[in-house]
Amino acid sequence: MMNTSVNIAGIEFKNPVMSASGTFGSGVEYEEFFDLDLLGAVVTKGVSNIPWEGNPTPRIAETYGGMLNAIGLQNPGIDVFIKRDIPFLKRFNTNIIVNVCGKSVDDYIDVVERLSDEDVSMLEINVSCPNVKEGAIAFGQDPKALYNITSEIKKHAKQPVIMKLSPNVTDIALMAKTAEDAGADAVSLINTITGMKIDIERRSFVLANKTGGLSGPAIKPVAVRMVYQCAKAVKIPIIGMGGISNAEDAIEFLMAGATAVAVGAMNFVNPTAMPETICGIEEFMEKHGIDDINEIIGCVD
Amino acid sequence: MKKKVTATVISQKEISPGIYDLWLKTELAAYAHCGQFVGVYTGNDSRLLPRPISICEISDDWSAMRLVYRIAGKGTADISHLKEGDSVKILGVLGNGYEFIKIFGEDLSGAKDVVLMGGGIGIPPMLQTSKELSAHGIQHTVICGYRNADLFLNQDLAKYGTLHIATEDGSWGVKGNVLDVVAQKGIKTGVILACGPMPMLRAIKKYAESSKITAYISLEERMACGVGACLGCVCKTANKDEHSNVNNARICTDGPVFKSSEVMI
Ligand SMILES: Cc1cc2nc3c(=O)[nH]c(=O)nc-3n(C[C@H](O)[C@H](O)[C@H](O)COP(=O)(O)OP(=O)(O)OC[C@H]3O[C@@H](n4cnc5c(N)ncnc54)[C@H](O)[C@@H]3O)c2cc1C
Ligand SMILES: Cc1cc2nc3c(=O)[nH]c(=O)nc-3n(C[C@H](O)[C@H](O)[C@H](O)COP(=O)(O)O)c2cc1C
Ligand code: FES
Repeated sequence: MMNTSVNIAGIEFKNPVMSASGTFGSGVEYEEFFDLDLLGAVVTKGVSNIPWEGNPTPRIAETYGGMLNAIGLQNPGIDVFIKRDIPFLKRFNTNIIVNVCGKSVDDYIDVVERLSDEDVSMLEINVSCPNVKEGAIAFGQDPKALYNITSEIKKHAKQPVIMKLSPNVTDIALMAKTAEDAGADAVSLINTITGMKIDIERRSFVLANKTGGLSGPAIKPVAVRMVYQCAKAVKIPIIGMGGISNAEDAIEFLMAGATAVAVGAMNFVNPTAMPETICGIEEFMEKHGIDDINEIIGCVD
Repeated sequence: MKKKVTATVISQKEISPGIYDLWLKTELAAYAHCGQFVGVYTGNDSRLLPRPISICEISDDWSAMRLVYRIAGKGTADISHLKEGDSVKILGVLGNGYEFIKIFGEDLSGAKDVVLMGGGIGIPPMLQTSKELSAHGIQHTVICGYRNADLFLNQDLAKYGTLHIATEDGSWGVKGNVLDVVAQKGIKTGVILACGPMPMLRAIKKYAESSKITAYISLEERMACGVGACLGCVCKTANKDEHSNVNNARICTDGPVFKSSEVMI
């Protein structure tokens, strides 16, 4: 019997595949396409202490082999999330990871405390969303700010904490190390890469927000490189993402040093990308006589 | 039902300059109704996102659907190259469409003086809408606005309702837009179902407010997931939306059809 389960901060995942925050809602919309029980975890859309309206439209622009988004973290706020989304997800046999966003350290702590009595597996702290003007990204781009917010959140969190890192930095390994030093239980990367698209006929920006976050297959080589660099720098587990479409992509991240992987934009292109990735990983293991998925994690050197 | 499926091209032809008429054999046809749409994949890995295209017509045996679209960019150009027998991936069925029971009431008794309005590439969904209305025995008027005398779908539309045509340049029918037809021909408007460019929809929203009637309008926005997960395709709503808990509704799932008084456009 082959083992596909991995462990992150004491939490067992039946397989290493989960949704990337913001690309899967709270799972409701994809329940029609496949059984959410198949997933290692559902990572929810970022949730803040109060409802957020997000950015004006257009919020989406397709780019070569990828897309830009500037949703601006629209979300219903933690009250509705706890009342509606957590009970929905509890119906499934999968881990729940709640992605948290905020504009100040106090905002984040507010959400983290509201979640302390909730039956969720882990918290993922988004300090790296490029689409919100105030706060958020500053925490993910300045090591001191990252250290501070990570240690503050760790003081208040009941669940293990994953810090989600921004790729929009000079030295990603330094950021991962900073999060580890501040007490993070894991890091996830990469969030989207800040980009821009111009409509040359209209001589204006395609996105109302001017800039947006690039995701999809176009960013995969950058993401693999960053996961590899972080894996070399830290001992805590890494959740890798950025352009994953299928099992081959996922295995690349695992070999680079990720303990688990998340699928983001490709859910939009192929709603069954995640279950197909899970099957594909098993087929790869079978074909190569791998008994335990943990054997291949970080196997390149 | 929502599913990504492989459809087979039955036929495709250019019916007006830059406007294509595509018939697809697909199991999704059996689950579709008027005003809904599908996401059509381009078959090109550099253009990953599905293109939202309205369902223009469903075959009488529910085994095929017709899409009529304009080449607007590279993705629709890719789709226009499809030939009989080719496969194409589509995601559907998406959106609420025109829900007759919600619009006209349980017994459809609210369906009085129904007027369909289509402008430009908003005309295609009016065909299936007209067909379904006539299947329910609901008499109705169809007003189509074109840029010029390069008409399309007008012969199909004349089959089910009373058709009027407007052209911007006056080369066919009434010179002006769909509301100019209402004024000039003195058409009684009880309920309006409309799809077309934003200026036309804004004018219809205003017209509905001033003449105290209801209008249902179909909106467009850039989409990624098409199923309500990414929050890319929102429009501003007059009241707090139940799902989002803010004044934003998702065009791909809560729409594309909205009561005009409920959206801020
Ligand atoms: C609900 C809905 C129904 C539609 N029905 C029809 C129809 O029946 N017939 C028809 O001709 N067109 C329809 N459209 C518009 C059609 O989706 C766009 O013309 C098409 O996506 C353009 O793709 P492209 O690659 O050719 O253009 P590009 O400009 O190269 O596309 C780039 C990106 O922008 C998106 N995009 C560009 N224009 C639009 C637009 N107007 N609306 C939404 N996304 C856009 C594309 O999907 C793609 O992701 C509909 C749009 C919506 C939202
Ligand atoms: C539409 C969209 C919304 C996103 N929203 C969030 C979010 O709320 N919180 C977050 O931490 N990351 C968010 N992300 C980033 C993704 O979780 C992921 O890190 C990134 O897209 C890279 O993975 P991908 O290339 O597989 O999409 C979002 C991405 C997309 C495309
Ligand atoms: S396109 Fe994703 S929510 Fe509508």
